[in-house]
Amino acid sequence: MSEMKETLTQPILRNNPIALQILGICSALAVTTSMQVTVVMCIALTTVTAFSNLFVSSIRKHIPGSIRIIVQMIIIASLVIVVDQVLKAYAFEISKQLSVFVGLIITNCIVMGRAEAFAMKNPPLPSFVDGIGNGLGYSVVLLVVAFFRELLGAGKLFGIQILPVVTEGGWYNPNGLMLLAPSAFFLIGLFIWALRSWDKTQVEEPDFKMAKHTAVEEAA
Amino acid sequence: MGLRKILDNMEHHFQDGGRYQNWYALYEAVDTIFYSPGSVTKSNAHVRDGVDLKRIMITVWFCAFPAMFYGMYNLGFQANDIIAAHGGEVAGWRGALIGMFGGYDAGSLWDCFFFGALYFLPIYLVTFVVGGFWEVLFAMKRGHEVNEGFFVTSILFALTCPPDIPLWQVALGISFGVVIGKEVFGGTGKNFLNPALTGRAFLYFAYPASMSGDAVWTAVDGYTGATPLSVVASGGMPALEAQWTWMDAFLGNLPGSIGETSTLAILIGGAVLLLMRIAAWRIVAGVFLGMVALSTLMNLVGSDTNPAFAMPWYWHLVTGGFAFGMMFMATDPVSAAMTNGGKWAYGILIGLMAVLIRVMNPAFPEGIMLAILFGNIFAPLTDHFVIQANIKRRLARVQ
Repeated sequence: MSEMKETLTQPILRNNPIALQILGICSALAVTTSMQVTVVMCIALTTVTAFSNLFVSSIRKHIPGSIRIIVQMIIIASLVIVVDQVLKAYAFEISKQLSVFVGLIITNCIVMGRAEAFAMKNPPLPSFVDGIGNGLGYSVVLLVVAFFRELLGAGKLFGIQILPVVTEGGWYNPNGLMLLAPSAFFLIGLFIWALRSWDKTQVEEPDFKMAKHTAVEEAA
Repeated sequence: MGLRKILDNMEHHFQDGGRYQNWYALYEAVDTIFYSPGSVTKSNAHVRDGVDLKRIMITVWFCAFPAMFYGMYNLGFQANDIIAAHGGEVAGWRGALIGMFGGYDAGSLWDCFFFGALYFLPIYLVTFVVGGFWEVLFAMKRGHEVNEGFFVTSILFALTCPPDIPLWQVALGISFGVVIGKEVFGGTGKNFLNPALTGRAFLYFAYPASMSGDAVWTAVDGYTGATPLSVVASGGMPALEAQWTWMDAFLGNLPGSIGETSTLAILIGGAVLLLMRIAAWRIVAGVFLGMVALSTLMNLVGSDTNPAFAMPWYWHLVTGGFAFGMMFMATDPVSAAMTNGGKWAYGILIGLMAVLIRVMNPAFPEGIMLAILFGNIFAPLTDHFVIQANIKRRLARVQ
């Protein structure tokens, strides 16, 4: 059971798909301007990852190796269509805001990566849990990014005004950069920085090392 | 020497195990401002020049002074000129100080200069204190030295601010420039973007209302006046020449960011940099040639819908931040190209892009900032090709 728990919790911070593996960046830039949209996107992606892992894993012994990617894609694409239709039926406004990005879950590297790397080698239940875990790992980063982008960019959270903006007689001058895609890069970068300061094992080896500065050595 | 003795006497406090060992970076910074570093090369032989990075940076800092002093005067002159014509006064502590020591006479050198200093010095002070804080913090945490490069970053950043900018935005901009533009990559020498421009670009996109548009270029509340470049973008050359002569623009008698108005003052500083070989002449020439080439081409092509096509190269040179960017920003030794061929390519790319953005992009009347950042990103690539070509050429010789 503890192994199951590991599978669920490891991807959240210790082996985060975005922060450590740097996968799924594209949608992290595109859908994080407001919390509401982000939450829906996180739920959609977690659902797709979990169920695609489950289905791929349950037929993993019958998939021929040479066409496994195509089979995985068919499963993932079918799930994405289901999610898309459900959103259109029950959350039309948000579905319109997410536009193509729900459809683009098909190409999300996290979904594909987990199906290929985990579900093809493990039984259905752990695969399902792994899908949820990675979906949560993705969600953590997206929610943090969206929190800062919406709060600093518009002074709002979930569409509710938190910081009164100048144009409406308040004091907060909204930061326009936060509503542009590059800010998500900066925020993800800062998130990774914070994460790796907390868990040093995630720090990568530098490509090359500079010799120590002479002045520092002589001071010793 | 009294000063040397004082520094030597306190040095042991800052060394490892001393009382203030965490503050070594700060001690080292003060020491090397006054004296050349005491360390000598012990490993394999290499040439050491008295003009090291520290002296280079200090020289650039001094070379920005003509533009800075003229900028302060001009800031006051433009504002006083408008106050004389439209009335109005400066409120708050600035107004009180002007009332005590100066006045609103546009003809008086002192009044204009004092007015400008009241706007520029707070901007520079905030830049220096906030940026310096990050610089020293990272130097202490990462164990590198506080580099004089920050002097240059700070003055260039402050000079590219519009006069009216709120001080908290200055603090935010320089923080972004120093931390994200430089320190996250490991400090001076490892940044691939110009930190001053990174900070300015951050403000430009985050708070466009305070960094662009017509309301920010003169330090008078509620007054809007277009810069030459936005006049050209909307009205074409006749509208520009009706308002300013070329000499006005060359000497700097027009509104704009604090340090970029006077092409003459910039060229004085720039000439010193070129003579001392601190600024690479290939880059300056490349930027200039790229600008001349594309603007001449656009003059020849012409356009019925876009009046800016007709702007000749000698106007491009004197308006906006072109001269400032060419002399001080593009030549930043860290983020520019390193090889001779690369410098040409890098310079020409910047010149072309600056004109292209100015003329073709309706959203940005000024393009030199984005052009230089664009050039910075491509600098390592051009260097790579130049080096590969050289290797190929020499390999062919031995075969």
